[in-house]
Amino acid sequence: MPHDLPSDPADHRASRPRRVLGPAILFLLPALLFLAVFLLYPAAYSVVRSLYDASGARFVGFDNYAHMFTDDRTLTAIRNTGIWVLVAPALVTGLGLVFAVLTEHVRWATAFRVLLFMPMAISLFASGIVFRLVYDENPGRGVVNAAMVSVHDAFSTPSEYPGAAPREAFLLPDTTLGGFSGTHTHEPGRVVELPMVGVRPDDLPEQASPASVPEPADPFDNAVRGVVWLDVDLDGDPGVLDDGEYGMPRMTVQAVQDGRVVASTTTGDDGRFTLPRTPPGEYTIHLAADNFTEPFRGLTWLGPTLVTPVLISSWVWIMTGFAVTFIAAGLTAIPRDALEAARVDGATEWQVFRKVTIPLLGPLLLVVFVTLTINVLKIFDLVFVIAPGSVQSDAGVIALRMWQVSFGAGGDQGLGSALVVLLMVLVLPIMYFNIRRFRRERP
Amino acid sequence: MTTPAKKSPSVVEVSVTGAPRRGTAARLVGALGSGALRLLLITVALLWMVPLMGLLLVSLRSGADNTNSGWWTVLLKPTELTLANYQGLVQDGVVLRSFLNTVYISVPSTVLVVGIGAMAAYALVWLDFPGRDWIMVAVVGLLVLPVQAALIPISRLYGALGVFGSITGAILFHVAFGLPFAVFLLRDFFVGIPRDLLEAARMDGAREWRIFRKVVLPVSRPALASLAVFQFLWVWNDMLVALVLTSPDSAPLTVALRSDLRQFGTNVDVLASGALLSMLVPLLVFFVFQRHFVQGAFATSPR
Repeated sequence: MPHDLPSDPADHRASRPRRVLGPAILFLLPALLFLAVFLLYPAAYSVVRSLYDASGARFVGFDNYAHMFTDDRTLTAIRNTGIWVLVAPALVTGLGLVFAVLTEHVRWATAFRVLLFMPMAISLFASGIVFRLVYDENPGRGVVNAAMVSVHDAFSTPSEYPGAAPREAFLLPDTTLGGFSGTHTHEPGRVVELPMVGVRPDDLPEQASPASVPEPADPFDNAVRGVVWLDVDLDGDPGVLDDGEYGMPRMTVQAVQDGRVVASTTTGDDGRFTLPRTPPGEYTIHLAADNFTEPFRGLTWLGPTLVTPVLISSWVWIMTGFAVTFIAAGLTAIPRDALEAARVDGATEWQVFRKVTIPLLGPLLLVVFVTLTINVLKIFDLVFVIAPGSVQSDAGVIALRMWQVSFGAGGDQGLGSALVVLLMVLVLPIMYFNIRRFRRERP
Repeated sequence: MTTPAKKSPSVVEVSVTGAPRRGTAARLVGALGSGALRLLLITVALLWMVPLMGLLLVSLRSGADNTNSGWWTVLLKPTELTLANYQGLVQDGVVLRSFLNTVYISVPSTVLVVGIGAMAAYALVWLDFPGRDWIMVAVVGLLVLPVQAALIPISRLYGALGVFGSITGAILFHVAFGLPFAVFLLRDFFVGIPRDLLEAARMDGAREWRIFRKVVLPVSRPALASLAVFQFLWVWNDMLVALVLTSPDSAPLTVALRSDLRQFGTNVDVLASGALLSMLVPLLVFFVFQRHFVQGAFATSPR
């Protein structure tokens, strides 16, 4: 580290040779030219340009700024940038601190930190593609949804017959209970035939066997019998159980009385069911909604509502390694004596962390936080790559919006420049912070 | 806590009766804790690895396989692995040219930033002239100026000068925006160079340029390497500047691959292998120059 080398600023100022302008200009000229042409002039130009209209011909005063805060997409971008700034740097600084502390005494800490650091070396474009894949909505491609689906299906069996429906003459969709309810009422002892459509014969469960109408139950049993089968149109009559038609196994059938489920059972391999001990009186047959729910396919991560959290998570993946490494370096610089002294005084490890480590790390954490904030304000590629075209307006941030407005269709460089000025205003406090720090620490 | 026991041998002797049991319990808790800690860290490490794994495996499977099943299934069916996507990529003229463009843009801008930045930092540290401190303050301030600020003005300027869409234009832009960081990082290092080293050369009558070349640059190699690594990666990974300032003929990889984004679902194989190709060089640089990279990252803000 350069700081370790002996140097006394005061000393070397006193005896510095006064060579004045000549060589200094030659050494500095290229850099100053670049900075003037590519940084200072554009910054000034942007301020002026933001006061003119799209074509740059007409002076419009602050119209572009007014437009900026009334245009929906631009307003969304400003709001999203706000969310980013509030959430992302704090999150990464916190994670960095946690991982730095946790790995402090782990033997493979270096390997761990290198692994976390690696994403910072690759382009945001490539990281974007990585996360576009990770969060792909299709559980056959996106690993997050694949994991969610397998966890979900482990706890609740996926329904057997999504898309299936009974013939309307027998059962109709039930708006209160979900699923389907009978059009007629029955009394115990009856046999109920429930023809279903909407499932391809090949999609029936393997154990399904040919269906047949059961014998009516003994009237004293109070049981209701019936059959649920796949009513194939081709050979037979609709609504009639023909030879060679298959039962639908594991269908949940219920008896409903006065809007309440009073009995419930599931069908066998041949589609037959028996509802035992049905209370006397009239009731309707109900096929539970569970039978027909579409399978769980995970979440639409890249949709309008979740896209910003998803984007932030991918940025966390990229930047956490930086914070960890930075903070870990700070941790090793904390004098052991300070920690030991606190421990000898009987402080618990948590107290040592809270009362000694954190205050000593404070300035460093602030620097990490500020650096991350600058990074967040400039985010462009991530949103550009991860958010699908249709969601980009919901995911937009100022840096992206500025590009779209200025260089996209119907380019409005007046509004674009106003957005640039907004960005510059946002980095101004950071600029001030850095300069003050710089002047204080290097007299 | 067991720390007092470690502090002095006398404490251990005094607490011989009570301490061992507590020690065992504490050790047990400690072992459980470190087991949980290890588990947590391994989980985190996996979380960090799986996304890249996914990209790698997708790039190594055919488009049809990627449509039919998730990349993780290849772990059970390793026969699906193929280099076909990469063969396609290498034969693709556009990809190859944009790869070369990326090299043509990042190498010169790295060399220029290091050279020009070192000269400026030398003047700011070792020469005295009016306004020196103000220039340094300006450099620190410009460190955080967003690239966006220059896109509109510079694209207009380039249009007027006729360099719009050229590789040179992209290089100059990157050099300019790399300079504040370069000057900042190198100044920090130059300040630490022992003055005697320079004084000795001056006694011998060496001119400033000679001192700079023969004394300062050689001893600053670590700092120059950090800067070079960082600048190189920054330019290599850039997308925004290239998006605005390059034409199809001069576009780097990131911009060339961008057109494939629109049909994301159907051509993940092309995109994944392309993204991996673009990552190859940065990852190589990262692992070879890791120390310099970390040093460079540390210098990204005033401390």
